[in-house]
Amino acid sequence: MSELRVKISGFGGQGIILSSFIIGKAASIYDQQHSSMTQAYGPEARGGACSSQVVISSDNVEYPLVDTADVLIAMSQEGYDTFLPILKKGGILLYDTDLVEKLQSHKNFIAKGIPATRLAEELGKKIVANIVMLGFATKQAKIVSPEAMQEAIADSVPSKFIDLNMKAFQAGYDYNEEQ
Amino acid sequence: MFKKSRLIGEYFMQGDIACAEGALAAGCRFFGGYPITPASEIAERMAMRLPLLRGVFIQYEDEIASIAGILGASWAGAKSMTATSGPGISLMTENIGLGMMMEAPCVVVNVQRGSPSTGLPTSWGQSDMMQARWGSHGDYGSISLVPNSPQEFFDLTITAFNFSEKYRLPVFIMADALVGHMTEKVVIPPVEELEIIDRKYTNKKPEDYLPYDYGKNLIPDFAKAGDGYRYHTTGLTHDKRGYPNMTFECQNELVPRLVNKIKNHVDDISLTEEYDIEGADVIVISYGITSRTILPAITMAKKKGIKIGYLRLKTVWPFPEEKIRKLSKKVAGFVVPEMNLGQISLEVERCAHNDSIVKLVPHPGGGIHKFEDVLHAIEEVAYGK
Amino acid sequence: MANNTAQLQEKSHPMEDLLRMDRMPHIWCSGCGLGSAVTAFVEGLKKAGVSYDKTAIVSGIGCTGRVAGYLRLDSYHTTHGRAIPFATGLKLANRDLTVVVFSGDGDLFAIGGNHLIHAARRNVDINVICVNNFIYGMTGGQNAPTTPLGAYSSTAPFGNYEMPFNLVGLAAASGASYVARWTTMHARRLTDSIATAANKKGFCFIEIVSPCPTVFARKNKGGTGLDMLKEFQTRAIIDHDADPTTIPLNMDNEIVCGEFVNDDRPTFWENVQAGIKARLEKFANWEEMQSNSRKISHKKDRKYTSSRDSSIMRRNT
Ligand SMILES: Cc1ncc(C[n+]2csc(CCOP(=O)(O)OP(=O)(O)O)c2C)c(N)n1
Ligand code: SF4
Ligand SMILES: [Mg+2]
Repeated sequence: MSELRVKISGFGGQGIILSSFIIGKAASIYDQQHSSMTQAYGPEARGGACSSQVVISSDNVEYPLVDTADVLIAMSQEGYDTFLPILKKGGILLYDTDLVEKLQSHKNFIAKGIPATRLAEELGKKIVANIVMLGFATKQAKIVSPEAMQEAIADSVPSKFIDLNMKAFQAGYDYNEEQ
Repeated sequence: MFKKSRLIGEYFMQGDIACAEGALAAGCRFFGGYPITPASEIAERMAMRLPLLRGVFIQYEDEIASIAGILGASWAGAKSMTATSGPGISLMTENIGLGMMMEAPCVVVNVQRGSPSTGLPTSWGQSDMMQARWGSHGDYGSISLVPNSPQEFFDLTITAFNFSEKYRLPVFIMADALVGHMTEKVVIPPVEELEIIDRKYTNKKPEDYLPYDYGKNLIPDFAKAGDGYRYHTTGLTHDKRGYPNMTFECQNELVPRLVNKIKNHVDDISLTEEYDIEGADVIVISYGITSRTILPAITMAKKKGIKIGYLRLKTVWPFPEEKIRKLSKKVAGFVVPEMNLGQISLEVERCAHNDSIVKLVPHPGGGIHKFEDVLHAIEEVAYGK
Repeated sequence: MANNTAQLQEKSHPMEDLLRMDRMPHIWCSGCGLGSAVTAFVEGLKKAGVSYDKTAIVSGIGCTGRVAGYLRLDSYHTTHGRAIPFATGLKLANRDLTVVVFSGDGDLFAIGGNHLIHAARRNVDINVICVNNFIYGMTGGQNAPTTPLGAYSSTAPFGNYEMPFNLVGLAAASGASYVARWTTMHARRLTDSIATAANKKGFCFIEIVSPCPTVFARKNKGGTGLDMLKEFQTRAIIDHDADPTTIPLNMDNEIVCGEFVNDDRPTFWENVQAGIKARLEKFANWEEMQSNSRKISHKKDRKYTSSRDSSIMRRNT
């Protein structure tokens, strides 16, 4: 059995919850894996900080929470600061380079940055930054197959924005840190 | 248009929404409720779905009205449901008793949160388990089902409707905030593949019909409002005609029947999952979300060579007394992790009597068990400490 | 007039088809206004010409709460204060029914007051008949939210300190479609009101001012049931044009009676239907919005099994 625990953090309005929903759906509906998604509720989910989590497994997900993460996606400085401690040694950190600027030591992790929000703005809509990040995560952390991710995205956004979101996915998927 | 909006297929779906879909699949066409975290999503889903299925959604002014309303709808022949959390259940308890006394089929969902009082609105707990059994005053048999995943929330909602229709009483679904707010794959089969039970309507003529007459199974046949039966029903102690009757004889016929109509059917109602029970030294008994969060402890115990079995209760009430009694004669003891400070463990203790040890692993809610604590308890029982 | 109570007990009574004769004698005291109230109700239903098979009556708890049990209709004796939400569920789940709530002032305005104003606000299509005897009769004469200022009750031994509710004012202000007040002495007019309400859609409220000789009169030197009726007769005036919010009742003022509100406004259910119709276009896309349903073709021969198959412990065994 293989299991992947993903934590996504950012702030309200960035589509953090939707991102984890899409990942979970991609895994369980289109990749025929099992997945379980949970999110933070209450004051902590209002306005400011926001986080959600997905567990992907080849078998039934027994323990649905993410106490230690294999993958951390950080879309805000606060999210990065709060959740870096739960990232496993050897885990993958994906972060928005414009939003997370004060970096700690990454020597225990595989850390990869992407200016997701800027790329989204270049596509014309800042709100697809989360989808850019999903494209990036699909490529860099292989959380789900690219086909499943694309299907899940197409399925979860309003139909008139599918093209835009596909472009956003591609931008993240193709992004190369060295470029 | 109306037919089309019935869902079939695989969905990545939140537990609360799966519950609403389960209710719709079971034929629920009346929902009355009052918003409360973490159960509001059930009401929201019903508000969106019921009108398209020619059903009725009403947001009442409080939970007391909600339960009264679903009882009324039940008497009109509708399969009806309400969903709330601990504070709402506390308000509903009087009318839950009315439902038990009048024998009105309906489903009451409790998405449990940290308690008592307002407690932890967005976090989880399992501390209303005894309330589900004894919440309303007086003696009555009751049924509570406990799901541990969105899929099971869907499945058990259907089962809850089936039991409520079959045994004519309000049935509880005791979910919790974690299951309610968790999103997982949920498979919704076509209606033909589901077992759906409807209440048994009387085939007697109005002049021969007694609303509380019963046969061997102790369950009276139903007649709904508007069908010409013009029967009476009341929360007072009543005879077979449904008329108030303030005598010991009447009380002594009615109340034991309300208890026995459930007790006599424990085998049908009690749903459990068992693993490695045969030859086990220690049996972990758990239910709901706890049954998932403690699994790492069981795996560890097994690695350590402990002969461990596992019993998961999908039906908590009626409690599987006989099963626990028999097991208690064979094992060293039971470990009962639950997200409260000891409720179902008391039942296990009662049934284990002095035959075996019962070790509670309590948790006040708002988090989940540390698997080390559960493992520790398992070891204590296994090594006879 | 006062002896409607005795009337109810007569063996072959013209109201037999609507009364549960096998439950007679009833429990009410002699001289109680409830007998007249029930007679008016039965006459009103007859006059309205509604189908008895399609009429349901719901009561709460109290002396008045026992009314449901004496009527040969689908009849529901519920819990204290909760008759209205129960009736709302009954009505909405079977809209062919005529649903009447018959209960006391304490039941409907103290413990159940919130339900009353909300049902009126929603304009649910039910009729609510409230027997106002100014007191908690059933439990032995405690203070009610209708007990006049200064009146005595068993929990107001120095006289009531609280301002009472004006029931018709409250019902009207909450949005009822029909609001009337009569005393048990106004048998004919009360019957007419009950008939009107039975055929009227929307939330209809009728207050019946009624003598309770046993507890209210005894505590307040009101005399017998007959004495109380005589008193009602001297105090009552009829004024259909009165503003219902301006006619509270106290110990000795005029009892303004009449049909104060008779409006047609959309009922709860009509609004629900209109709302759905207006938004149906948006919902037409609903299935498509349900994401993956369009991607996963449902094959007829496919057997669905739960995604969490039950062997959650599989790898442990
Ligand atoms: C929850 C609850 N609280 C209290 C009671 C006791 N109780 C029964 S009837 C009643 C008052 C009834 O007064 P009213 O509605 O005016 O009816 P009346 O007897 O005057 O017709 C009370 C307090 C009860 N049955 N249930
Ligand atoms: S106590 Fe009053 S209201 Fe009750 S039956 Fe007697 S007279 Fe009527
Ligand atoms: Mg009264």
